[in-house]
Formats: sequence, C-alpha cells, structure tokens
Amino acid sequence: MDHLDQLEAQSIYIFREAFARLKKIALLWSLGKDSNVMIWLARKAFFGRMPFPALHVDTGKKFPEMYRFRDHYGKEWDLDLRVEPCPPIDAVDPTLPPAARSAARKTEGLKMALAKYGFDGLIAGIRRDEEATRAKERVFSPRGLEGNWDVRDQPPEFWDHFNASPPQGAHLRIHPILHWTEADIWAYTKRENIPIIPLYLSKDGKRYRSLGDQDITNPVNSTASTIDEILIELEQTKVPERAGRALDHETEDAFERLRVAGYL
Amino acid sequence: MNMIVTPTSPATPNGTTRPQVRIVIVGHVDHGKSTLVGRLLHETGSLPDGKLEMLKAVSARRGMPFEWSFLLDALQTERDQGITIDTTQIRFRTNSRDIVLIDAPGHAEFLRNMITGASQADGAVLIIDALEGVRDQTRRHGYLLHLLGVKQVAVVVNKMDRVDFSDLRFKAISDEISAHLNGLGVTPTAVIPISARDGDGVAEHTDRIGWYKGPTVVEALDALEPARPLESLALRLPVQAIYKFDDRRIVAGRIESGSLTAGDEIVIMPAGKIAKIKTVESWPVTPVAGRQGAGRSVGITLDRELFIERGDIVAHAGTAPRETRRLRARIFWLHDKPLAKGDQLLVRCGPKESRATVVAIEKAVDPGELSSSENKAIGRNHVGEIDISLSNPIATDPYTDNPRTGRLVIEVSGRIAGGGLVLSVDAGQRAVPVDIVPVESALRPDERSARYQHNGAVVWLTGLPASGKSTLAKALERRLFTNGGSPILLDGDTLRAGLNSDLGFAAADRSENIRRLAEVATHLARNGHIAIVAAVSPSREDRATARRIADTAFREIHVATPAEVCEERDPKGHYKKARAGTLASFTGIGNDYEAPQAAELVIDTSTRTVAEAANEIERMLKTSGVLFDEVVDLAANI
Repeated sequence: MDHLDQLEAQSIYIFREAFARLKKIALLWSLGKDSNVMIWLARKAFFGRMPFPALHVDTGKKFPEMYRFRDHYGKEWDLDLRVEPCPPIDAVDPTLPPAARSAARKTEGLKMALAKYGFDGLIAGIRRDEEATRAKERVFSPRGLEGNWDVRDQPPEFWDHFNASPPQGAHLRIHPILHWTEADIWAYTKRENIPIIPLYLSKDGKRYRSLGDQDITNPVNSTASTIDEILIELEQTKVPERAGRALDHETEDAFERLRVAGYL
Repeated sequence: MNMIVTPTSPATPNGTTRPQVRIVIVGHVDHGKSTLVGRLLHETGSLPDGKLEMLKAVSARRGMPFEWSFLLDALQTERDQGITIDTTQIRFRTNSRDIVLIDAPGHAEFLRNMITGASQADGAVLIIDALEGVRDQTRRHGYLLHLLGVKQVAVVVNKMDRVDFSDLRFKAISDEISAHLNGLGVTPTAVIPISARDGDGVAEHTDRIGWYKGPTVVEALDALEPARPLESLALRLPVQAIYKFDDRRIVAGRIESGSLTAGDEIVIMPAGKIAKIKTVESWPVTPVAGRQGAGRSVGITLDRELFIERGDIVAHAGTAPRETRRLRARIFWLHDKPLAKGDQLLVRCGPKESRATVVAIEKAVDPGELSSSENKAIGRNHVGEIDISLSNPIATDPYTDNPRTGRLVIEVSGRIAGGGLVLSVDAGQRAVPVDIVPVESALRPDERSARYQHNGAVVWLTGLPASGKSTLAKALERRLFTNGGSPILLDGDTLRAGLNSDLGFAAADRSENIRRLAEVATHLARNGHIAIVAAVSPSREDRATARRIADTAFREIHVATPAEVCEERDPKGHYKKARAGTLASFTGIGNDYEAPQAAELVIDTSTRTVAEAANEIERMLKTSGVLFDEVVDLAANI
C-alpha cells in the first residue's frame, strides 16, 4: 500500500462510518478539486454510487466554468444534486469585512438548506493543511443548534472512533479528507483520472489554486498547465494555498470568527 | 496549517519514496513544546515566505517580544490565554523523513486534546523543562503514550540555558524519566539536552552542550519509523456495513490485520458461522484479484446467505478472535464524573457496540502522581483496570495479540469518555466452533418426557447464605424423584470442590462459576432432567447470563428469607467468621446481594414449612409447563 492507498482507505472508512451512524447526510459539493475527490472516494466506498445527496449551496457568483462542470458531472456521476440559494447580502452581519461578509452569506445559505432538509450530518472537504483553524478540526465535528463550532469543547476522538450523536436539532460536520494535503489531492486526481475545472491550470501565466466566488478569489502567478507541473510547483512554493482567497487576510481573526459561526 | 510547503512522498512526480512519520510533542505545560516546534520549522527551512515577518510584526503591534511559539498560536483564543488548546498539525522535512508534527496541549484541562493528537502518532517527543524537571503532566503524558500504543519516544530536556548547561542536572532528569518510562514498558529512543529558544541541540550540536554526544532532535526524528500495517497477524475484518445497492450483497469494512482473497474459508464472529469468500468487490474495476492486505478498505461477497451485522468480525477459520461477554481493560478516563463499579456504559470495539456494566475496578490511580494511592473509582484524567460485563457477546483480542482490535472506547451520553487496551478476554471463552462437532443424544426429548412426566428445566434457587436454598433443593429433589421424575441437584459449594476448583471469589471468578453452573444445568435440562441449582448467585448480571444460557428452561426462585433470620441460622458459621473479619468476600452482611426483580417464584422460608415451600415450587413448575398435570396429560392422550 502506498501513501495514496492509505489516504484513500482511511477516507472510505470515514464515509462508511458516517453513512452507518447518521440518519440523513449530504455531501457539500463546492465543485472544487477537493469535493470532486470526495465524491470519487464516496463512490469507491459505496461501490459506484453515492447513496446520499450532493448539496451545492450556490452563491450565484461562481465562475461559468464551475456551473458547466456541475451540470455535466452531476448527470454523468448520477448524483442526487440539490442546489440551494443563499440569502441577499443585506441579510448578513454588516460588521464583517467585505469578503468575510460575502462568505458569511454562504453560511446563511447552508443554515437555510439544513433547516429545509433536516440533515444530521454534512460531509465537507476541508483539510488540516489548508488553514490554521482547520488544523484543529475533528473528523466528526459537532455543531451547535445554531450551526456554530465550539473549538474549546471538542470531544476526544481517537483510534477512528467518532462522536456521532449530535444533540436533537444539531448536526455534525464530517471531514473525510481532513488528513490529506493539497499535493495529495492533485496526485490522487491524476492517478484516478478525476475530472477538474480547467481554471486550476495555468493560462496567460496565472492559475487558480483554490476556487471560490468570482469576486473574492484571485489567481496566482503560475506556469503550471498540467497536474504534473502543479505538483512540481507545490514542491517549490512557500505561498499558502488560500493566498488567493481574500477573506483569509482581512483581519487576523476573520476566518476563525467565520468558522465559529459555522463556516466551513 | 497553511505551513505545508512540501508534498508527501509518493506525491512527488519523480516517484521518490520518503517515509512519512507522524510525531506528537507532549509534556508539561510551559515546558516549551510550541517553542520547539517553531524552532524546528525554522531550522528545517519549512516556514512559508513572510510568516516569520508577519508574526514579528504582530508581536511588535502588541508590544511583546517575539516568541517562537507564536507560530503555533494561530488562533485568537490561544493568544488570549497563552496556552495551546488543541492539536495542530504541521508538516516539514528532515533528511530522510516527511514529518507530520502534531502539537498537543500540555495543560491538564485539555488532556482529551492531547489524546486526540497523540493517538494519531507513530512516535512522540516528550519535552521536560531542565529547571522544573519531571512534573505530574510529564508522567501522565508518558503513561498515556503507553496506553495509546505509541512505542517510539524521544525525550528532550529543554531550557538547558537556564541550568547553565549542567550535565549533572541533565543526568538526574534523564535517569528519572527513563525509570518512569521503563516501568511502563517504553524505552526512550534518545534523551536529548537542548535549548529550543536558542537552537542548541535542535538541528545542530553547540559547544555549550559539548559534553553531549547523542543525536540532535532532528536526527532523532530521522530515526523514527512509520507504523506498519499488521499484515503478518491473523485476519481481522470488522464489518462496517452490509450493502445491497444492487444484486450484490457486499460485506464492507477495513482489514485491520492479516489479508484475504477470494476463495478463503472464513468464520464470522461472534456467531461462528462459516463461509467462503466469493469475490472481493471494488470500483471502478470489479471484482479485484489478488490478496488484499491490512489497511485496505474492502468489500467482499460470500458463497452463501448468512445473517451478518455491523460489528461482526470476519476472520480465518482456526485463527478467529475470542467470543466473550466479559473482558478486562486498562483504561484512561476523561469524563467529569468518576467511573465506578456498577456504572452502565456503552463500549465500542471497532464498529461493534455493546451496553456494558463495570463489575470491578482495580488499580485506579492518577498517573501524574509519583506514588499514587489506589481509589475505588477512576477519576477524570486518571487510569485504572476494569472488568466489564457486556450485554451482547463481542469478538475481540487482547491487545498483546492484536494492537488494532484489542482496544476499546467507552461512551457516556453519546460522547467518548474514555478508552483503553483489552488486557484479557477471560470468561465466555469458547473454542472456535469449527473444531467442535456436538454429538446429539440418540434419545428424542419426547421419549424422556414420556417416561419422567416432565420437561427438562433449570430450577435456579438464589438467595442469601443460610436462606434455606439447599434444604429446599433437597426436598424438591426427593419429591420429584418420588413422582418418577429425574431431578439432579447442583449445589454451588459441591461444584466448587471439583469442576470449579480453579475459581476464587473475585467478581470475575464468581461470574465464571455461575456461567459453568448454568452450562452444566442447561445440558441436563436439554436431556430431559430437572437440574436444581442452589447457589447464592448475588449478581443480577450473572443470573441474567444464566437465564440467557438456559433460555426457556430457566425458572428462577428467590429464597427471600430475611437477612436477620439467615444470620441467626448460620449453619456453616460463615456469618460469624465474616463478622469477625476472618472470611473475606462473603455475601450476606453487606449490601452486595442483588435481589431478583422478576423471579418466577419468591419464597420466604421463615414463614412456612419446608413441605409448604416444596408445594409452592411444584405448583409453579406445573403452571409453567415443566411438570405434566395428570389431567391435562390425560386429555392430551385421548
């Protein structure tokens, strides 16, 4: 078993635990490289089909390439796709900096979707290596009744035993690729031949390392136009993955405030 | 964290393989964990561009001198409190390893987070302040590393600058911690004097610690080995689920040890059912050929339809795990409320869960104390050994046989409250069913019952010592025999003289005593006899076990003679001895007799004669279908 095999086996184990122990789950499909790998892993875990919905909380501000990708692969992969809208920006905390406010809008959209379907588990593609606060996450991460994350009172989690009993009305976040890195995602995408949105590959000296809303995501300088070249680039760079995400850099604690409120 | 700068091994395009090792840094609060981590990142050239400058700017803005530990204190909450509250993972490279570094909090308040972090580690660095020396949390973390199964431990003695780089001070600490770890069966891979703040001994030797000739911290990390999947052990595939998405019925799970392939003869524990693996299923290509080894998540189909459920274990015939309802475990406890004898819990062994009762607690101590006194209950952040009785049989291994399956966690109110190692699987141990071919009797049950005029039964007399169980049992035996029946008396004390002579009076032994009594009695009942068992059998749980074994043949009679009367009778002199303190583990003068709640019959022998009591039993046996009523019997034969 090589490194990618180990990561894959662990993720499949997590998917099967979530499906066995929770009543109603959905996978949050952001259309990005990480959630595409997740869908692939789910199909491996369940022998070809994903036996729960793919939920896309749509800000309406994604790149056209992303919508085309969603419509095409939603069908090709036979997903039970649920697209849910976000509320207008006026409904969101005006004290947040602009990009964080925009992201918080997505959190509100997520809360509305949760209320609509009554999911007790949401599968999310966050990774420990992305961002400092995500590094502190559990694989099964309880959320409060308001969808909030209590970083001070996280339950113990060890030996692949997960806390899977959310209180009535609350839900769990499940993180099947928490232990993966950005390079792992690319190496696996290449090995398994998983489709990607072309925005990740270099065009005119720039590419997107991470895809979010159009107005708060910027491309980075890069000449990597294949996955192999991306892997070489990652080997050499010291620039963080979310450098192109405006919301991470507005204030020291903007991202944590978002996550405590229920942002991914 | 966004400090990742290097992809992990096989992800590199040129295919070089560098082992990835996960390291946890543990130790007492403020002994310098975060400083060491910050320094390690700097020394190995692992910091992202601008990170150090950004943090120095933040420090300046806050008007405090820069500290290496700020690198880790990425959360606002941490900076406010000045302590690390959760595990953080950081990656960097040494010469020959990709290191995933797990920083775990040293504050006692956050032991659950230390455990969460350390449980993922292949190796550990235990850090000790040279000035403060070994502290309670140092010892506690050392003990937990042992319980979590982390075998590779490097000890770092930090802040050597504060003891003038004294080799004597270093040696004293080194000796103390080595003795502590050796006592737990852990041999430190190195004990290294350093100053994390200044860099001495982290990546390079300096003249200030010129007397030290061992490895630096980076060299010690380079020598750690990644955990290997347990392919050489017997097959253990705990079942996570059975999927029927299409016409395949797929048994899914992760191979914890050993390997399997299509065509293997397997046994499904704890039921002991036997089958053959038909295919190993996968996606997108299926089925897959070749052996699948430990660590893989797989799906198999079988050559026959069997009832299998989540939590069962697929093993190879001949090397199956033991089936048990009782086990002993060494655990750590994280819940606010101490764990006490009699507590009801939920136990998880892999995907298997079972309700459980704590039947005994031993060696409950605070592992942080130097010489701990034993407690009756296991307090928060303490450790101990417990005997638990499970309401469902489970299949498991002692951790010495299989470190992956020989461990469990305990849940209270849906939240993980503790965990530990399975030390032994004592009672309920059975030979693997494949080796047993029970020989059925040549006589049919109805041939016997036609002769005896009764069905087989287990009449179980429970009650305090001297309550009159044996007297009643003998009277009943005589009466049934006189009527042409086939009663057989099984007296608890009589069996202890022979069959059960290996058993004492500890809780586990008492349980096993009852289990054997029940098994023998059930065998007799199945062959048409009425087994009359007279045994104190004070534990409700044990009697429930007996009822499960005997099933519908079980008739429980509570001989409910008042305790004062029993003590006054005292024909064997036991009460007297117990009062004098010369008879240990005697049931009767304490509150340790758990009276039945739903016995088939309750008899107080202080208010009726032996004959009257025997009449009542006879009536009960008639109305419950054991003894044939002549009239009914006649009617049946017309």
